Amino acid sequence: MEKKEYKLLKGNEVIAIAAIRCGCDGYFGYPITPQSEVMETLMELKPWETTGMVVLQAESEVASINMLYGGAATGKKVFTSSSSPGISLMAEGLTYLAGAELPCLIVNVVRGGPGLGTIQPAQSDYFQATKGGGHGDYRLIVLAPASVQEMNDFVDLGFELAFKYRNPVMILSDGMIGQMMEKVQLSPEKPRWTDEEIENRYGSWTVKGKPATRERHIATSLELDSAKQEKFNQKLVAKYAEIAQHETRCEKIMCDDAEYLIVAYGSSARISQKTVELAREKGIRLGLLRPITLYPYPTKAIQELAPQLKCVLAVEMSTGQMVEDVRLAINGKIPVEHYGRVGGMIPSPEEVLNAIENLIRRNK
Amino acid sequence: MTAQEMIKPENQVYSRTKVLTDNVMHYCPGCSHGTVHKLIAEVIEEMGIQDKTIGVSPVGCGVFAYNYIDIDWLEAAHGRAPALATAAKRLNPDRYVFTYQGDGDLASIGTAEIMHACNRGENIVVIFINNAIYGMTGGQMAPTTLVGQVTATTPYGRNVELNGYPLKITELIAQLPGTCYVTRQTVYNPLTARKTKRAIRKAFENSMLKKGTSFVEVVGTCSSGWKLTPVDANQWMIDNMFPEYPLGDMKDI
Repeated sequence: MEKKEYKLLKGNEVIAIAAIRCGCDGYFGYPITPQSEVMETLMELKPWETTGMVVLQAESEVASINMLYGGAATGKKVFTSSSSPGISLMAEGLTYLAGAELPCLIVNVVRGGPGLGTIQPAQSDYFQATKGGGHGDYRLIVLAPASVQEMNDFVDLGFELAFKYRNPVMILSDGMIGQMMEKVQLSPEKPRWTDEEIENRYGSWTVKGKPATRERHIATSLELDSAKQEKFNQKLVAKYAEIAQHETRCEKIMCDDAEYLIVAYGSSARISQKTVELAREKGIRLGLLRPITLYPYPTKAIQELAPQLKCVLAVEMSTGQMVEDVRLAINGKIPVEHYGRVGGMIPSPEEVLNAIENLIRRNK
Repeated sequence: MTAQEMIKPENQVYSRTKVLTDNVMHYCPGCSHGTVHKLIAEVIEEMGIQDKTIGVSPVGCGVFAYNYIDIDWLEAAHGRAPALATAAKRLNPDRYVFTYQGDGDLASIGTAEIMHACNRGENIVVIFINNAIYGMTGGQMAPTTLVGQVTATTPYGRNVELNGYPLKITELIAQLPGTCYVTRQTVYNPLTARKTKRAIRKAFENSMLKKGTSFVEVVGTCSSGWKLTPVDANQWMIDNMFPEYPLGDMKDI
C-alpha cells in the first residue's frame, strides 16, 4: 500500500505539484494574476533537477502556447497556465493545436472581464472555453474543478484525455479555486514517459526525427484542398462525438427527489451546494447538478432529470453563458433562469437561495 | 562513346540529395527558396542527421517546405516558429532543430518570438529568407522592403513617413549575447550558394555545441513579387539589396 500524502495547498500551487508528480515534461508560461503561483511554485521546486521537467518563462502568452505546440508535437506532456486576458492571446495557438490534433493541457484561472477587467474570480470565459475560443470549427475538452483536490486530480486526468484523443484539454478554474487553500491528497508519483512508451501507448505520430523506416511526420493544420479539409473537419466532429459519448462527467447532489434544480460548475457549484442544504432545511426539494466536463456538456444528465423538475436555475459568475447550454438541454420544456454575480463579485449561498425561491414563486 | 555508355555509376559527378522528396516545388521560376531547400537537404544528408532533425516551417511561401525536405516537420502559425523550436529543442536536446522563416514571418509578425529565442540563446538554427516582399499573399510590403520599392501595398514606393524604414533585423540579432553565429549570405550563383551551404552546415554543427543560436540570413529574389525576369531579379538584388543588406559574417564565436 502506498502511503497517502496530504498537504494544505493553494489551488495554483497544487497544479504545479500535480504536474511534476504525474510525469509532466514541460511547462511554458507567462505571469498573470491570479495564477502566477503556478510558475513560481515550479521554479521553486526546480523539477529539472529531479524529474528532468523543463520549466520556462516565455516572453508572452503567444509564445507560451506556441511552445506547447512545439513540445506537444514531439510527444511530450506539456502544459501552460494563464488567466483570461492571457488565454485570449493564446486563442491562435489553441486553434492550431486543435487543428494539428496535438495533446496538451491549458489551465485558465479565470478573472473578470472584458478587457483587462478585474483580477478577482469570475466564470465569464465559459463561451471562450467551450465553444472554441479561436477561429475554425474545433473544441477543447474542458474540465471544471470545484475544489483544490480537483485542481490536483484534473492535471493527470487532463493529460490522459489529451493523449487519448490527441486534443488540447483546458482546466477552467477561477481565481477563487486558484487562490483558496484546502487539504489535498497528492497524486502518486509517476515517471516521465520515454519516447518508446509514448509510441507504444499512442502510436507513431510524433515529430522526433524521421528514421529511414517510415514516412516523415508533419504536425500541421494546413490543407489547401477543400475536399480534404472538409473530410478532416468531419473527422474532428466524429472525434468530438466519441469524446462526448465516453468522457462526459457530472456530479448530482440531492437530485433523486428534486423538484427544483440548480446547474452550476466550479466555484458556483461549491456555493450552490450550501444553498441546497439551506433549501432542504426549509423543505424545498432542491438538487444540484454540477457539470465536471463543460465540453462535452452533460446535456443528457439534465434531460434525464427534466421530467421530475418544475424549473431550473443556472448559477454562474457571468452575465449568463452556461445557461444557454442548460436551455438547449431543456429545450423549452420548463422555465430556465440565470442567476449570476460578475466583475469579481462572488454570490453567497443565501443570495442563491433567494434567487431560487423567487424563481419558484414566479413559476407556481 | 555514346551517351548510354557514359551513364555509369563510376562516371557520376553529381546527384540530387535523397533528403529532397520527388514533389514538384510550387516556387516560381527564379525564386531562391528551392536553392536554399536543396542546400539544407544536402547538409542534412552529409551530416547524416535525417533521423535527428526537426524542421519548423513558417507561414509564407516557405510554408510547404515540409513537402520538399524529407524530414519530420512542425508547421507553425505565422511568426511563431522560434517558440515551437524553443520547446522542441529544450525537450529533445539531442535533436537538431531549425526554423525556416521569411521576412514577413520573422521580421514583422514574429519579431517578439525571434528576438527572445535568440536572446535566450536557444540552441537552434534559424534560416531567414529575406526577399523584401510578401510572396505568398501577392507582393505586399515587408518590413525589409527597400525605401522607394514598389509593392502591392506601397504602389507609389515605400515612403518612410508612411511606412518607416527597412528593418535590419539581422544586425539587431547580432547584438544579442544569446547568438553565437550571425551571417548574411545569398544564393544567386554557384559561389554564393556554396558559401551559404557552408554557413548552414556551421549553424547546424553549432546547435549541438551549446553555444547559443545560429542565424543565417539569405538575401533572395522574388521575381514574381518584384515583377522582373529571374535574370533581372538577380541584377536588381545585386544593385539594390546588397547595399542595404551587405553580405558577410556579423558574428562568429
